[in-house]
Amino acid sequence: MTQVKMTVNGKAASGEVEGRTLLVHFLRDDLELTGTHVGCDTSQCGACVVHVNGNAVKACTMFAVEADGAEVETIEGQAAEDGTLNTIQQAFQDHHGLQCGFCTPGMVMSAAALLKDNPKPSEAEVRHYLDGNICRCTGYHNIVKAIMAASGQDVSALAAE
Amino acid sequence: MPKDIEPERGIGASSKRREDVRFLTGTGRYTDDINLRRQTHVFFLRSDVAHGRLTGVDTSAAEDMPGVLKIFTGADFAEIGGMPCGWQITDKHGQPMQEPKHPVLAHEKVRHVGEPIAAVVAETLAQARDAAEAIVVDIDELPAVVNMKDAVKEGAPKVHDDLTSNLCYDWGFVEENKAAVNKAFEEAAHVTTLELVNNRLVANPMEPRVAIGDYNRADGEHTLYTTSQNPHVIRLLMGAFVLGIPEHKLRVVAPDVGGGFGTKIFHYQEEAFCTFAAKAVGRPVKWTSSRSEAFMSDAHGRDHVTKIELALDADNNFTALRTDTYANMGAYLSTFAPSVPTWLHGTLMAGNYKTPLIYVNVKAVFTNTVPVDAYRGAGRPEATYQLERLIDKAAHELKVDPIKLRRQNFVTEFPYATPVAVEYDTGDYNATMDKLEEIADHAGFEARRKESEAKGKLRGFGVNCYIEACGIAPSNLVGQLGARAGLYESATVRVNATGGLVVMTGSHSHGQGHETSFAQVVADMIGIDENMVEIVHGDTSKVPMGMGTYGSRSLAVGGSAMVRATEKVIAKAKKIASHLLEASEGDIELKDGAFSVAGTDKSVAWGDVTLAAYVPHNYPLEEIEPGLEETAFYDPSNFTYPAGAYACEVELDPETGHVSIERFTAADDFGNVVNPMIVTGQVHGGLAQGIGQALLENCAYDEDGQLLSASYMDYAMPRASDLPFYDVDHSCQTPCTHNPLGVKGCGEAGAIGSPPAVVNAVLDAMRSGGKDVGHIDMPVSPARVWEAMNG
Amino acid sequence: MYDFEIERPGSVADAVKALGQEEAQALSGGQTLIPTLKARLAMPSVLVSLAGIDEMKGVEMRDGALWIGGGTTHATVMREAADAYPGLASLAARIGDPAVRNRGTIGGSLANNDPSACYPAAVLASGATVQTDRREIAADDYFDGMFATALEEGEIVTGVRFPIPQAAHYEKFIQPASRFPLVAAFVARFEGGVRVAITGASNDGVFRWSEAEAALNDRFAAGALDGLTLDGGDMISDLHGSGAYRAHLCGVMTRRAVQAIG
Repeated sequence: MTQVKMTVNGKAASGEVEGRTLLVHFLRDDLELTGTHVGCDTSQCGACVVHVNGNAVKACTMFAVEADGAEVETIEGQAAEDGTLNTIQQAFQDHHGLQCGFCTPGMVMSAAALLKDNPKPSEAEVRHYLDGNICRCTGYHNIVKAIMAASGQDVSALAAE
Repeated sequence: MPKDIEPERGIGASSKRREDVRFLTGTGRYTDDINLRRQTHVFFLRSDVAHGRLTGVDTSAAEDMPGVLKIFTGADFAEIGGMPCGWQITDKHGQPMQEPKHPVLAHEKVRHVGEPIAAVVAETLAQARDAAEAIVVDIDELPAVVNMKDAVKEGAPKVHDDLTSNLCYDWGFVEENKAAVNKAFEEAAHVTTLELVNNRLVANPMEPRVAIGDYNRADGEHTLYTTSQNPHVIRLLMGAFVLGIPEHKLRVVAPDVGGGFGTKIFHYQEEAFCTFAAKAVGRPVKWTSSRSEAFMSDAHGRDHVTKIELALDADNNFTALRTDTYANMGAYLSTFAPSVPTWLHGTLMAGNYKTPLIYVNVKAVFTNTVPVDAYRGAGRPEATYQLERLIDKAAHELKVDPIKLRRQNFVTEFPYATPVAVEYDTGDYNATMDKLEEIADHAGFEARRKESEAKGKLRGFGVNCYIEACGIAPSNLVGQLGARAGLYESATVRVNATGGLVVMTGSHSHGQGHETSFAQVVADMIGIDENMVEIVHGDTSKVPMGMGTYGSRSLAVGGSAMVRATEKVIAKAKKIASHLLEASEGDIELKDGAFSVAGTDKSVAWGDVTLAAYVPHNYPLEEIEPGLEETAFYDPSNFTYPAGAYACEVELDPETGHVSIERFTAADDFGNVVNPMIVTGQVHGGLAQGIGQALLENCAYDEDGQLLSASYMDYAMPRASDLPFYDVDHSCQTPCTHNPLGVKGCGEAGAIGSPPAVVNAVLDAMRSGGKDVGHIDMPVSPARVWEAMNG
Repeated sequence: MYDFEIERPGSVADAVKALGQEEAQALSGGQTLIPTLKARLAMPSVLVSLAGIDEMKGVEMRDGALWIGGGTTHATVMREAADAYPGLASLAARIGDPAVRNRGTIGGSLANNDPSACYPAAVLASGATVQTDRREIAADDYFDGMFATALEEGEIVTGVRFPIPQAAHYEKFIQPASRFPLVAAFVARFEGGVRVAITGASNDGVFRWSEAEAALNDRFAAGALDGLTLDGGDMISDLHGSGAYRAHLCGVMTRRAVQAIG
């Protein structure tokens, strides 16, 4: 067992982990931050996307030991302390960008990473950026729309409802 | 409904979803988020061969491994009931289908890759898996049957030794019409024939299945937490048929569920195992499926091979239709499997058309593959695909416009009794086709085709219509057809003293937004704020009874039960109000959350009435009981029949065979719409699954029964970059005539209605490149297109 | 996963030492290795993480060539190689997905040599030199068939030196499930000649298409490739396409890469 320490959503977190403990399991099982999900075992679905030192990563494809000393951000840290949704979260609700909610944390975290690098992405840029995030419910229409809206673009003309 | 005339609240409003807040903040509670005190973990050792005789399972070395608590094999379940099938089909000779035993853990034989052989319960999942590797399994491998037509040949290896063959049933529908249908074909001016495959799919809800069993020795109660679309159905099936636990000692909880699409309807071995093992081990037992396990243990969908023929007269009127379908059941009968290729498929073969004579033959076949059952649409996508591909082919053979040929044969008078036993109550197929042609900009297609050609690409336009039977289903009818359950729904409306309501519904929500749209309905009926209504579902200890969510039935059946219960509440509240207002009950009106006496300014607020019900100081106790809570069961008198017309426009790269969806347009008639935003979202999701089936998804086995598409590395899930923005319209509304809300259901339409449009468009594009191949099977992958173009 | 220890050395020398242990295996970005471990297809006792070795990271010009540290992520190459070698940066920008690109490394990709990986095509077509803890290996000597390389047990890819072509382009046709290349072609045009490498297609992994190179050396135009074919019999044939289809795509992707270069 190895002792790991990291900052998760701005708070110090630590625990004892095995070498094989994945970051996602450390977050879910040790820290009880169950918002980060596991939807596959081949690193494709993206339900587990979190930020490590500011970069979007798949928490199911990184060992907890590798995040020792890192700054980790998860879905639980996105809304304000008083519960107010952030711009991306609010856009997902406003534009019905989620249905069952299982892929949603990963989608929101990927969207946040995209908008940090590319504050006004085109439709094609949004779609390609989501290559590693699979949603089975929404057909992506409203996810793409929500992300573009969160970037401040007018989405009212994007295809009829 | 256009946005500018949408109401701000209640029925017809695009209310934002209240459930989103928890999902967006990571505070949803999915089954895998639940961890019970002293919980143990189970790992299932699964067969890696498709067919074989199980000659030995030696667990002795594994039992001594660290952390192991108990190891179970098929022998432990030999005295326990097997997995039940919920529907019995009677074949064309009047005989019941062949129904094999379905053990919880394989016994004597293994029949598909992924079938569980042994289960190791240990302190941690890693320990359970380590120990499973130490179990020695001896299997005498047998030849596998994978191809359905081979499986029914004389001398084929039998999946089940105790059945007479691999044929589950040979179903004829309507058998009495067969001779007349054949005669119509002899007299036809033109006959179009098509052979096609409806590709096997894996539903792939993003949340893999999870089950946690718990047992309380103090009161003898079992609890199962599970990823289910219908917890009460699991309680009934598992309690009554598998484990023999009475319903009052069994609680089934399906908390937030991350998508279902049909595959979480069924009762699975892992649920029964965890419930059973929790008592045997004396601690909670948890199983979380990996995605790889899901591919070989979740019921698959579709997998039909069909020959279909259409007879037309000299004026291009459809005169008869006949089909011959092989439907794959897999190795065992999953919960509702037998009903899918029969009653959910044969009854839809009329489509939107007044074809007077129809005969459907379905041979259901056992093979050494994962069981196949309902997947979004279930039977109706298969029917729609056959019919709408066939009509397109007929149009091209006859050199007539495919839209014109469809319009000419539309059913236009309602109610309409089809020759395949259902009665469409209402519809307007020309209206949705008109709307489709308008919003798909059919007129502008030729100009867009030229633009594509200038880039070296081929462009194609394809349409189809669809009809589906939803709002499943009248219990007395399905009982006659072999269902072993009723298909009503229940709701309890509990009004609290201070006026808030809790509605307990059997319609589970796993993405459909019931918590929002159901509240809109109840709030609208009373005239109060939606936030005063809470929707509770997913726990058999909280909701009296429920048949669950599938077949686009939630609003049509569950919503109707809720309306009936709310009507009872309002009727009682009016009695209380009439007492408080000292007026006759018949004069009491409820509007905007207040009761008033007609023609006067006397009124009493909703909250005053509800308070009186629970603080009955001034109350007609001699006439009515205190309290305000009502339950209703609603059993529909007919199916509902959503219908529509879809158009797809593709661009095809003739060098690579790659097809991209450039436009997709859907014009649907769902009857009345409660929340247009949610309805549109449901169509979007269905379209992505239908387009996924048409272009990308394929669950493939090799001839030895090994699963070739066993992970997301080989099973192509649609990504954002594979799909366009869709144009979706549901302004054509012919309300359902037989449920109180006039709603028809919208959950499956997109998946049912989109595959033929995609394939029709691809074939149109190929023809524009000078290649008329007649048909191409799904998924229309680049390799298949290239081979067809160069074949 | 089987259990193992993770060591995190801070230098190449320490990493080499750690890899000398019984059943030790290098862990770079882990984007292929971790799924492999999850499937229990590997059973190391020690994973030696290379992520903390600063000397293996970076993108910089050294002696007229572009040096990329073996531990450099795809995302870093995408950003930092964009000016010096845009064709390579563009390839890096299209590997996997954004989260994978933030972890996966060039050294990890080259050590694994997946027959459908992107980087091997760039390395081979660029005539790059693979640097390890103990030697330098020319690209033409490095790739040794599907999942096989010239690397010895415990040898670490510390960097790659890319000669910079006048122009280069990577044309990729994806396998729709995995999003790996079904077939992709990297065409690099140097003063001394054209090099063409194909990934995704062959049972032997990445390869140079010498007939195409010869034709393009005669005349650098898509039309120069007309009539050139590869034998589908040597190609991967699976659920996603036959060998003949892959052989055909080799031509299409190469032609398009040439056209993109102009």
